[in-house]
Amino acid sequence: MLAGTAPAVPVSDHNRPGWKAWALLAPMVLWLILFVVVPGLILLVYSFCERDEIGGVMFTFTWENYARVFDPVYLRIFGRSVWYAALTTAICAVVGYPVAYYIARVPETLRNKLLLLVMVPFWTSFLIRTFAWITILKQEGLLNSLVKAMGAGIGPFDLLYTPTAVVIGLVYAYLPFMILPIYGSAEKLDNSLIEAAYDLGASPVRAFSSVIVPLTMPGIAAGTLLVFVPAIGMFAITDLMGGAKVPMIGNVIQNQFLLARNWPFGAALGVVFMLMFVVTYVILQRRASRSA
Amino acid sequence: MPASRPLIPSGLTLLNWFLRGWTALVFVFLYAPIAVLVVFSFNSSRLNIVWESFTFTWYERLAANTPLIRAAKNSLIVATATTILSVVIGTAGAWLLHRYRFRFSRAIQTLVAIPMVMPEILLGISLLIMFVTIGLNLGFASVIIGHVTFSFPFVLVAVQARLQGLDSSLEEAALDLGATPLKAFWLVIVPSLRPAIMAGGLMAFTLSMDELIVTVFVKSAASATLPVKVFDMARVGLNPMLNALSAIFIVATVAFVLFSEYLKKLSR
Repeated sequence: MLAGTAPAVPVSDHNRPGWKAWALLAPMVLWLILFVVVPGLILLVYSFCERDEIGGVMFTFTWENYARVFDPVYLRIFGRSVWYAALTTAICAVVGYPVAYYIARVPETLRNKLLLLVMVPFWTSFLIRTFAWITILKQEGLLNSLVKAMGAGIGPFDLLYTPTAVVIGLVYAYLPFMILPIYGSAEKLDNSLIEAAYDLGASPVRAFSSVIVPLTMPGIAAGTLLVFVPAIGMFAITDLMGGAKVPMIGNVIQNQFLLARNWPFGAALGVVFMLMFVVTYVILQRRASRSA
Repeated sequence: MPASRPLIPSGLTLLNWFLRGWTALVFVFLYAPIAVLVVFSFNSSRLNIVWESFTFTWYERLAANTPLIRAAKNSLIVATATTILSVVIGTAGAWLLHRYRFRFSRAIQTLVAIPMVMPEILLGISLLIMFVTIGLNLGFASVIIGHVTFSFPFVLVAVQARLQGLDSSLEEAALDLGATPLKAFWLVIVPSLRPAIMAGGLMAFTLSMDELIVTVFVKSAASATLPVKVFDMARVGLNPMLNALSAIFIVATVAFVLFSEYLKKLSR
C-alpha cells in the first residue's frame, strides 16, 4: 500500500520505525500511560474501596460508594449539572450561531479582525471573566448602583448566588468556545448551495433551517463538545457565581476530595461522571466528524 | 430574478442587518464586563461601585502583596517548565508520528487526544490519587506533571498540522546528501516548524498560566499558583486588587493573541 509513493527510497523501509524512533517516542507514550491511563485505573480501584474513620482508604471491596451515587440527593445534583450544562450549551449555540455565521460571511480583512475579537475572550482566563461578573452582579455591584442612580425605585436585586448568575457565568465563559468551531464549518459553506435554495424559492428561514444548519452541524457538534463537557464538571464558576446554593457535580467531587476527605465516594462520583463523558463524547464526536 | 418573489432580496437585507446588529451586541456582551473590570481597577473607591477618582493605588498594593507575588512566581516557574517539557515531548511526538508508521499509531493518537478533551476535574482527582498512591509529595513536580499532561497534546496537534503541509522532499534531499534522520530533523525539519513550535509553546504557556481546576487538586500550599490564589480571593468578594491583577492579565492576553496571530501568518 505504501509502495510507489517515493521511488528513490523504498518507502516501507523509510517509514518503518527503528529502535531509535521507538526510543524517542517512548517517553511520550510512557508519560500518557503513567499520568493518564494508570491514574484512571487507580481511580476505578478507589471507587470500590472503603473509607476509614480518619479519611484514609481501606482496600476492601464494596459497592457502597456506587449505591450512594444513586441516592436521590446525588442523582438530583447530577441531573442539575446536566441540565445547567445543556442550558448553557443551548444558549451559547443560539447566541453564538449568528455571530459565527456573520464572521464567516464577511470579507477577509474584516473577518480576521472579528476573529481576533473572539480570540481575546477565548484566551482570557475564565476566572478573570467570572470575577468581572461578580463585580457587576454583587448586591453592592455595578448593576445595582446603576439601577439606584437611575432612581427607578426598584431594586436592589440579589442576582449573585442564584441559578441565573450561574448560567450567566457559564455562558459568558464558554460562548467563544461555541463561536469558533461553528465559524470553522460556516466558513467552508459552499455559497452556491444557499443560492440554489433561494433560487428554488426557499425563504431565508427555510434556507437556514434546511440547508445552512445541516451543513454546519459538524461545527455545532464540536462546539457542543467544547461547551457541554467542561460545563458539567466545572466547579469554580458555579462556586463563585452560585455560592453554596447551587452545587453541581464538580463541587461535590471537589468537596469529597478536598474537604470531606471521602476519596472512595469521590472516586465513584468521578467514575460515573467519566462514563457520562465518554458516552456524550462518542455521540458528539460521531456527529462532528461526519463530513457535510 | 422572477418578479413574483420580490420579498426575498429584501428579506436577505433584513437578515444581514439582523446578523450585523446581533454580532455587535454579542461583542458588547463579551467586552463590556472586561472593560468594566479594567476601568474600575483605576478607581479610588474601595467598594468599586461608583467612580470616585483615578488612582494607581491598587496596582501599588498588588506589587506589595507578598502572597500574590509569590503565587505569580510559582505560576511563572510552573508555566516555564511546562512549556519546555511540552514543546520537547509534543514536537518529538508529532514528528515521530508523522514520519514513521508505528504499530499502534492510531491508539497512540487517541491516547494523546484524551487529556485534551477529558474534563479537567477528572484529570485532577485521578492524578491526586495517583500521587498519593506512589507516595509523591504534592509540590511543584506534581503541578508541573499535571500541566504538561494536558498541555503537550496542544503542541503536538499544532506541530502536526504544520507537518502535514511540509514538503517531504526537503527531508529526503537531506537524507540523500548523507544526513542521519536525526540530523535531518534538527537541520531541516525543526527550522521550518519553528512558527508552529512557537505557537504551540505559547499555547502551553498560556494554558498553564490560566489553569485552575487540575492545580487545585495537585498543588501544595507552597506551590499554589496565581489562579488558585485569585480563586480564593474572588470567593471572599470584591477586591480592587483583583481588578488590577485582571487588567494586567487582560493586557497580556491581548499581546498573546496578537503575537500568535503573527506566528500563524509566518507559518502560512
